[in-house]
Amino acid sequence: MSLSELQHLARTRKEPRVKQETPDNKAALVFLAPWILGAIVLTIGPMVASLGLSFTNYNLLQSPRWIGVENFLRILTDTRLHRSLIVTLLYVVIGVPGQLIAALFLALILDRGMKGLSFYRSAFYLPSLLGSSVAIAVLWRLVFGGDGLFNTLLGVIGITSTTSWIGSPDTALGTIILLHIWTFGSPMVIFLAGLRQIPTELYEAAATDGASTWQRFRYVTIPLLTPIIFFNLVLAVINSFQAFTQAFIVSGGTGAPADSTLFYTLYLYTQGFGSFRMGYASALAWLLVILIAAFTGLNFFLSKFWVHYED
Amino acid sequence: MKTNLRRRLFSVLKHALMILVVITALYPIIWMMVSSLRPDGSIFSNPSPIPTTFHWQNYVYGWRALGAPFSRYLINSLIVVVAAIVGNLITCTMAAYAFARLKFKFQKPAFAFMLLTIMIPIHVVIVPQYIIWAQAGLVNTFWPLVIPKFLATDAFFIFLMVQFIRGLPKELDEAARIDGAGHGRIFLQILLPLMTPALATVTIFTFIWTWNDFFVQMIFLTDPKLYTVPIALRSFIDAQSSSSYGAMFAMSTISVLPLLLIFAFGQKYLIQGIATTGLK
Repeated sequence: MSLSELQHLARTRKEPRVKQETPDNKAALVFLAPWILGAIVLTIGPMVASLGLSFTNYNLLQSPRWIGVENFLRILTDTRLHRSLIVTLLYVVIGVPGQLIAALFLALILDRGMKGLSFYRSAFYLPSLLGSSVAIAVLWRLVFGGDGLFNTLLGVIGITSTTSWIGSPDTALGTIILLHIWTFGSPMVIFLAGLRQIPTELYEAAATDGASTWQRFRYVTIPLLTPIIFFNLVLAVINSFQAFTQAFIVSGGTGAPADSTLFYTLYLYTQGFGSFRMGYASALAWLLVILIAAFTGLNFFLSKFWVHYED
Repeated sequence: MKTNLRRRLFSVLKHALMILVVITALYPIIWMMVSSLRPDGSIFSNPSPIPTTFHWQNYVYGWRALGAPFSRYLINSLIVVVAAIVGNLITCTMAAYAFARLKFKFQKPAFAFMLLTIMIPIHVVIVPQYIIWAQAGLVNTFWPLVIPKFLATDAFFIFLMVQFIRGLPKELDEAARIDGAGHGRIFLQILLPLMTPALATVTIFTFIWTWNDFFVQMIFLTDPKLYTVPIALRSFIDAQSSSSYGAMFAMSTISVLPLLLIFAFGQKYLIQGIATTGLK
């Protein structure tokens, strides 16, 4: 070990001791009291309880009965659950990229010092503001019904249609995915903020090096934006797995037609609060946690290959 | 000269595209509002977003169509929303101050845990929470919706304010401490007044999320007298025959007006909040 290394070691070991302040344990306990109580009573406690319940049969009236891994075995054979997994995955795999691509495309156009930016931004954000409300879900249900507005609009351009888009198993999920894509405004706002962070010097430097507009876009804008794309992607995947309201309202709480809009959380809700199978619902909730964690983990793993971080 | 022309043409094309997107974004909302003023028979056959009739009877009928006048549901929602805002403003701010400015035991694991709770889906805690509230006899009251907000369960807001406080100069606290101020005074008199933008963001997002919340409110409120706006709207579709679309759109329109008002007045904080933290 060289002298300089030793000196460095001595410095780093000594520093914390010199800097150490008196800890504020008591004050922290006061300021954090509500949070600590909430974390124990409303988060950690229920999580442990839910894990325990997932090994039981429990209908709220009788006390829980231990059934071992039966609920988890049932997960393997429950065809409605498998259906709901497919529905949810389709929603995530189509809806999330669809929404993010729309958001990114519009943010890129708006960013180029466009006039009326704040007007466009506000207008594009409104669907995100209202999109998760019951009111918009009700609207969607009526617009895509058999005698709904969508068919009327098709009629205007000369296509006669009496299809109920929410009533047909082939298209019902599509209408809900469309609703998700329609709320592209909030990721777009995040993209716009990210674009603004890219230093103009980089573009100037690229321009003096003779880079074309396309090259500047490809080698400056896109790489510097990848962390924001990644951030939006992670958030959107986590949220989309938990989508509930729109499917509930559009399908009348059943996942109809033919379980084509039976979202995972909708199935969980009907099992827990419809049929009062609280044990099974808890097992399903933990499977959801695992799924979200797995997809988030996968996202982080894949990010190594495409997300560009400044050093 | 030629490039100038091309640039102009390009700009016109861009604006044309943007206006097309504006129409896609706003048309369904505007059509819903306009349709709330049309007689039932002509709603779906008329795609025009321009109001031609003013069939206010839809509003009169919709207001009285459920067990209680719609004002009851608006008031219920307002009670829950205001209580949630007060709760979040007090407790999330306190927790944020501790994480951002205090040094304490287990600080790092506690902070990491707080961040982790942002990602935990509500579904994994809702069943045991329901059991707790049911045993306390508080199902069908507003308490299960309000008490969690007074226990700082919206970790997202704690994180948002931690980030905000970290951006404030530490010299302010140190100067106050030298003058003999304790943590209570530093928090209340020095930092809190500087935190108004963050507090506004928390207020606005708590409003939007609580106003739109359907899942939790549906689980805890089954007594029609206690229905909040989203639950009332849902029972509206269940209860009505397929003929009263106008009234349904009328009540839907009323239910989104508060959101539009918030948007009109709080847009700056809203956009800032999304841009800096990725809130929805």
